Amino acid sequence: MKKLIKGNIALCEGAITAGLKSYFGYPITPQNEIPAYLSRKMIELGRVFVQAESEIAAANMVLGAAVTGVRAMTSSSSPGISLKQEAISYMAGMQLPAVIVNVQRGGPGLGNIAGSQSDYFQAVKGGGHGDYKIIVLAPNSAQEMYETAYDAFDLAEKYRTPVMILSDGIIGQMMEPVEFNRVDKKNLPEKDWTLNGCKGREPRSIQSLLMKDGALEKHNIKLQEKYKLISENEIKYELYMIEEAEIIITAYGISSRIAKSAVKLARKNGIKAGLFRPKTLWPFPCKIINSLAKPNVKFLSVELSHGQMVEDVKLAVNGKSNVEFLGKAGGGLVTELEILEKIQ
Amino acid sequence: MIHENFMKKILLKPESLKNAVLSYCPGCGHGIIHRLVAECIDELGIREKTIAVAPVGCAVFAYDYFNFDVTEAPHGRPPAVATGIKRTNPDKFVFTYQGDGDIAAIGMAETIHAANRGENITIIFVNNANYGMTGGQMAPTTLIGQVTATTPFGRDPKREGYPIKLCELLSTLEGTTYLERVAIYNPQNIIKAKKAIKKAFQCQIDGKGFSLVEVISNCPVDWGMTPLDSIKWVEETFIKSFPLGIVKDRICY
Repeated sequence: MKKLIKGNIALCEGAITAGLKSYFGYPITPQNEIPAYLSRKMIELGRVFVQAESEIAAANMVLGAAVTGVRAMTSSSSPGISLKQEAISYMAGMQLPAVIVNVQRGGPGLGNIAGSQSDYFQAVKGGGHGDYKIIVLAPNSAQEMYETAYDAFDLAEKYRTPVMILSDGIIGQMMEPVEFNRVDKKNLPEKDWTLNGCKGREPRSIQSLLMKDGALEKHNIKLQEKYKLISENEIKYELYMIEEAEIIITAYGISSRIAKSAVKLARKNGIKAGLFRPKTLWPFPCKIINSLAKPNVKFLSVELSHGQMVEDVKLAVNGKSNVEFLGKAGGGLVTELEILEKIQ
Repeated sequence: MIHENFMKKILLKPESLKNAVLSYCPGCGHGIIHRLVAECIDELGIREKTIAVAPVGCAVFAYDYFNFDVTEAPHGRPPAVATGIKRTNPDKFVFTYQGDGDIAAIGMAETIHAANRGENITIIFVNNANYGMTGGQMAPTTLIGQVTATTPFGRDPKREGYPIKLCELLSTLEGTTYLERVAIYNPQNIIKAKKAIKKAFQCQIDGKGFSLVEVISNCPVDWGMTPLDSIKWVEETFIKSFPLGIVKDRICY
């Protein structure tokens, strides 16, 4: 049975079903439904909810919960995510699994509270200091908010890495029917690295500080090997009307919903358009995009930004096709007619 | 048998300390404070359920010295990290070990709010009136007139404000249970310091809420003094600005 709920609530349900043990949050629009919903739900379930004093503290509480091996999450929106970058960099270095949700709003600075996609660079290029990547997932519906939140914890634990769910104010606020098609995660696999008191074993420490000669170099190589493994195994994308397409629109999140309508409209008008939607923004589906790139195919990256993902599309295409961009930032949406006009 | 009795060991290294060479400077107080913490944890029998949080600062390598589980935390965030650990694992014993810059400058928000929430954690706060690890810069607890790497003319309240008395500040918060300031410049005070640390730990074990022990310590190298002079300075100058004693004790409430 489907239930009509907001994307943000669907995300909470997905996380709870996945066995979320501890949530730490701080108010910021347009993600406020998440802490408000979890403040009741987590306590009723006998789990942990703390409203922190800042996004910095919330992210560091997640770090604390994560060293003990439980499923921990925090959520925020763009300006708050900037503050969480400190802990995200530490968690990447300390190899801690955790889920961070960014329900993007307009920037830079305080920007506004309308949905936006201008944190792409911050999300997929590392975000904080140091040479690291985190897995970035991009749901485009309330249903996918539910499913992505559920799956994010498995990914985080499989690779011992922070995972970001990069949503936006529209997907977060939009109400859609959601099928709760996942089962409660009960018994999570034992972990051999967590801090839970040294009873019957040698004491452990978890750290990102590696001062001994060559130790940090070795650690960085280990991280890069992990990132390579993730890139080889975890890429996810959706293809829509890609057969014989001469124009391939690339879009994620809310933009991909609009782009899909534009593709339908274009096909009705006899234009051979298709949609390529990355569901993982990092790792980015470079190989498949490259295989679709041909001299007679054009790419158009549609984003609620002034051109961020388009840079990764260009790198993937590697000169084999023309790549163009259509987007706006600061609150307005790209319309399907604007897309149609651009590709005509 | 006679031989065994004759050779009885009367002082052992606490089990909670590893057999490591400490990286602290000669004459630094951290070694004594580490030992007091380790002795208390041994005596309370909580080593195997302890998860400690190391700071950024001189004690950043605490996980190499303490013989129990220790995690790293970003600069100033140990109280938030400890909150995450303790809320998720209320059956574990959780303490942070922090310096003055960590706890009262960059981490002041985390400190105040963990205290105000009455988190059932313990903080061992080592106050040596400067940033030791980075070369002796002004700390929030630097004394008026004290020369540091970044107060070459001495701390001037008009320019740099006043030393923060953290225990007194936290004592106004309903969430705090036990706050005491101690020092380690002589055996008598070392004994008192240990008593305070043990009491603070017991406070957490009994589920009574937030406890913090501020340990006034010496930093001879960054103060530009011999270890003996630094101890003298603690006694004659430092503790005049930071009076020792219990600042708040609501354990029996």
